[in-house]
Amino acid sequence: MAAISYTNRAKQVSNKKLTFMERIYVPAILKGMSITIRHFFMRKVTIKYPEVKKFFSRNYRGVHVLKKDEQGRERCTACGLCALSCPAEAITMVAAERTKGEENLYREEKYAATYEINMLRCIFCGLCEEACPKQAIFLTNEEIAKADVDRGNFIYGKDKLVEKQHHPIGKIRGGGPIDEKYYHGNATVQSTFHKLELSHKL
Amino acid sequence: MDLTYIITKFALIGIVFAISLLIAMYSTYFERKFASFFQDRIGPDRAGPFGILQPLADGGKLFFKEEILPSQSNMFLFIMGPSLAMLTACMTSAVIPWGTYIEVMGQQVELMVTDINIGILYIFGVVSMGVYGIMIGGWASNNKYSLLGAIRAASQNISYELAMGLSIIAVVMLTGSLSLKDMAVWQSQNGWIVMYQPLAFFIFLICAFAETNRAPFDLPECETELVGGYHTEYSSMKLGFYLFAEYINMFISSAVMATIFFGSYHVPFISSLNLPQNIAALIGVAALFAKISFFIFLFMWVRWTLPRFRYDQLMRLGWTGLIPMAIINIVITGTVILIKDLM
Repeated sequence: MAAISYTNRAKQVSNKKLTFMERIYVPAILKGMSITIRHFFMRKVTIKYPEVKKFFSRNYRGVHVLKKDEQGRERCTACGLCALSCPAEAITMVAAERTKGEENLYREEKYAATYEINMLRCIFCGLCEEACPKQAIFLTNEEIAKADVDRGNFIYGKDKLVEKQHHPIGKIRGGGPIDEKYYHGNATVQSTFHKLELSHKL
Repeated sequence: MDLTYIITKFALIGIVFAISLLIAMYSTYFERKFASFFQDRIGPDRAGPFGILQPLADGGKLFFKEEILPSQSNMFLFIMGPSLAMLTACMTSAVIPWGTYIEVMGQQVELMVTDINIGILYIFGVVSMGVYGIMIGGWASNNKYSLLGAIRAASQNISYELAMGLSIIAVVMLTGSLSLKDMAVWQSQNGWIVMYQPLAFFIFLICAFAETNRAPFDLPECETELVGGYHTEYSSMKLGFYLFAEYINMFISSAVMATIFFGSYHVPFISSLNLPQNIAALIGVAALFAKISFFIFLFMWVRWTLPRFRYDQLMRLGWTGLIPMAIINIVITGTVILIKDLM
């Protein structure tokens, strides 16, 4: 009884003896060599990394940034939701109370005195930015955590994470025109974008 | 007169030695470069423009690597292995004619270290010594993978040396001399031997791949099965010597193939140009090196195309394929020569 094929991908296995031409290998070898010599002259796919950088897609999740608002005040209130949502437990922070005269530095009464992300632990899933109620943390598509020879240097503190000056949030991901080829319309990212654009308008 | 003779010979030896080392050195660079071209990559490009200082960096790295000597190994033989491999690799180039002769200060300087009348036998003798380097090193390492690699190298080299020698016999019957210089002269008069003996060339080429332990015959150092084969236990410059010896062997085999089958330094129609002797000789040298470069490229091209033979396939190909083919070739050549003589 013939087996019923449900996928139509079944192939009859043949165990026939090699023919003379197959046994002397030479035609097959020449065929293989013609294939490799074609690759010899093909365009190379290598990107010479430090000098040339690969184009990151609009929804690429790279290194984090701690946002400031339009007046240059840090948005983070050290609520700890990002640390809680982080599946890799890469985020840690110490909260502090804003004192008088620091209103131009911190947006609300509470802020993060230290804020550290361990880039060796981080899996760049983006759940921290999902969790953040203040739109304070985002994953940029411009930078990746750089290679280093010291593990200690992979713990990014506020000095590396806080953005130097306020950028409109739309700039974080995909500042340039969207390349349709790279944009896959990931639902999570789209919702984030939606959130971003809304908050920017507000 | 005697003094100038000695000086020129020493100069020649120095030059040939330096050139074979230089070419072996840059073979490693081009091996990596071509490997990446075949795989759509760029290859080493950081050390100097286009990465041309890469061999120096590699050599420096090998020199400064920690040297590990296995405590249970036979120390004398362990050190002798790579030395012997390197020595035999460097010795072969002595009988290869690099050109006709050039005239320096009214003297004819032959571009050949020594023209012994058993040239090709000398090469075979030295090359078959080369396997001792691998065998001794593999055995002295006191490591089963090394030993397996060494045994494979020994059996492979013995099997393929037979076919190689038999394929050359047909050539020797044609030229009537074992000297490589006579072969070169014969070819510049009668045309390249590859036109008369394509089958012998084919057998010799395959055997050359096997003799230099290069893919698809790199079973002695087969990484997927034997860790590193005979050089598993070697580190630092001793490992470097083994790897380097392979590249020198590749250069020498290319030179031998170019000399025996592709007219050595002969360039077609060059005698009709009536160039001055020195320029003609130098063009000849350049032609020889172009041919050698082509064969080195062929070695690399094949390496990055073919997968490794299985051990039984290797043995079957050697004993039931190449040796009978070489014997048939001898018979045919002999018959043709006899018929020609009778007519």
